[in-house]
Amino acid sequence: MNTIPFPPTKCARGAVHLLLGAVLALCAFLPRIAEAAETGKPLPDLKGAALEGAVPSTRGKVLLLDFWASWCAPCRKSFPALEGIHQRYKARGLVVFGVSVDEDAGAMKRFLQQHAVSFSIARDQAHKLAEAVKVPTMPTTLLVDRRGVIRFVNSGFRGAETEALLAKQIEQLLSDSK
Amino acid sequence: MKAPRIVLTTLLLISACLLGGCASVAPWQRGALAEYGMRPDRDPLGDALAEHTYFSREAAFGGRGIGGGGCGCN
Repeated sequence: MNTIPFPPTKCARGAVHLLLGAVLALCAFLPRIAEAAETGKPLPDLKGAALEGAVPSTRGKVLLLDFWASWCAPCRKSFPALEGIHQRYKARGLVVFGVSVDEDAGAMKRFLQQHAVSFSIARDQAHKLAEAVKVPTMPTTLLVDRRGVIRFVNSGFRGAETEALLAKQIEQLLSDSK
Repeated sequence: MKAPRIVLTTLLLISACLLGGCASVAPWQRGALAEYGMRPDRDPLGDALAEHTYFSREAAFGGRGIGGGGCGCN
């Protein structure tokens, strides 16, 4: 039977540690790398994503696409801000569209009763769109320009800071893509 | 002292399999993880009772603090 020295030599120990380290690093980082949404890529077709609910027309408009869920605490805080953005920019060509990733339609409805908004909402019940976009966190707010290209990916909601950032990005997209 | 290569290889494979079992839950699949029942502080009264039982019954070896007692009488 082939044998190797035990305790292993310094070189063998180093190789084993390196291999285990590499496996661990892959386990830890690969999913994160794979999950990151990318700017500069076209947004997948919303009509083909089999969403439950009406999909607004976004042709020639700037789109704010918000992925949210009823169980996501920051989403509760983001809704009043998104409603404000919708009211402020809708006349200038911004479409706000909220896509819920709730598996439970009842939970989504209860959330919407408590946090009523006037912008369009649909449910991505099969998570096809979330997977296609590679949503990195809940919530995630994408800004898509008039040509349908993802220009900004905003992960999470941090109150006034995120609101100010969104306003700046929206202003840029509304002005540079006319 | 020599160890058979197969032992080390098996250990390495087991380690790799265990590490490979680390799964990443997609952000949109975390509804169940966000449920109230998943919170460690979901039942403060139950926690307090369990804590009281623990420190009074296990005090002989220290419980939550210094050792001694363990009679379960408090």
